[in-house]
Amino acid sequence: MCTVCGCGTDSAEHSLIRGHSHSHAAGLSNARMVQIEQDILGKNNQYAAQNRQWLAERGILALNLVSSPGSGKTTLLTETLTRLQGSVPMAVIEGDQQTSNDADRIRATGVPALQINTGKGCHLDAHMVGHALESLPIASGGILFIENVGNLVCPAAFDLGEAHKVVILSVTEGEDKPVKYPDMFHAADLMILNKIDLLPYLTFDVAKCEEYARRVNPTIQILHVSATSGAGIGGWIDWLICAKPLIQA
Amino acid sequence: MHEMSLCESVLQVLETEAQRQQFSRVNTVWLEIGVMSGVEIEAMRFCFDVIVRNTLADGATLEIIEVSAEAWCLECAQTVGIQQRYDACPHCGSFQLQVIRGEEMRIKELEVA
Repeated sequence: MCTVCGCGTDSAEHSLIRGHSHSHAAGLSNARMVQIEQDILGKNNQYAAQNRQWLAERGILALNLVSSPGSGKTTLLTETLTRLQGSVPMAVIEGDQQTSNDADRIRATGVPALQINTGKGCHLDAHMVGHALESLPIASGGILFIENVGNLVCPAAFDLGEAHKVVILSVTEGEDKPVKYPDMFHAADLMILNKIDLLPYLTFDVAKCEEYARRVNPTIQILHVSATSGAGIGGWIDWLICAKPLIQA
Repeated sequence: MHEMSLCESVLQVLETEAQRQQFSRVNTVWLEIGVMSGVEIEAMRFCFDVIVRNTLADGATLEIIEVSAEAWCLECAQTVGIQQRYDACPHCGSFQLQVIRGEEMRIKELEVA
């Protein structure tokens, strides 16, 4: 079949078609140029668009939580789930290279969680998340937290179909992380500065950190939180409630 | 950053297009890679050779067209060249920049047989 116009390879048929001017490759040995013009991540973006539509139809707010390992993502998450339990339906997708430790911590709060082990992979992709959505029970109008693999590099490029990327940076890390890993801070809509209860013991420059974050992303929102002391958690809960889409009647 | 998975995606596109556009062999692949796409060109070349082994693109040449970065400065209201995301506007020093070029990761064209 001719792949340009979709007609058959029968030459008689071709001769009958007016204006059929493109040439057909005579044999497989002939080299030819093929225009592709496709995004390398096009496939992932298609899966992400499907996920986004699936979530939108159900009025579910999906958040892609990203950070370096050890920033306190899971602790922040369990604290959030405990506070919102009973008032909003929630579910969690956990991405880690190995173990189901984090999903176990989430399930201990009573919220359904599904662990994806990426094995050699350094990030979740939209295809993995699409499959997780098939098996994870989440009610309409709920919040889906996707805890990505602890990595400030690769997950920046992979759209999962989320409404927002939320980057968590703990004050025990360097204040220059936003400029060291600019792609992630550029991709995120919200930066949560975590472990702020430890500030008195550190030399972390909060103002400098925020300035760096706004250099790479002038519109980034910033919240100060301590998941362990509970400071600032109220502001984060308010942010979640505001970000939640109105449920379609 | 994740050149291995990017190369796997490239191979997927090649295999899909081979069926759609009726070719069985890929000789050359042209990619457009923006300087702010986060792609390490040398890693990409290394991974590409590994990924395409024993496929329709075994031994294919990888040609990479690097795309420089540009941003729109909201203060100056003009397009300016930048090198990194955290660069300030070279004219006014503002960080109110919107990146308009340099994030590309595209398969542009192929030479096939």
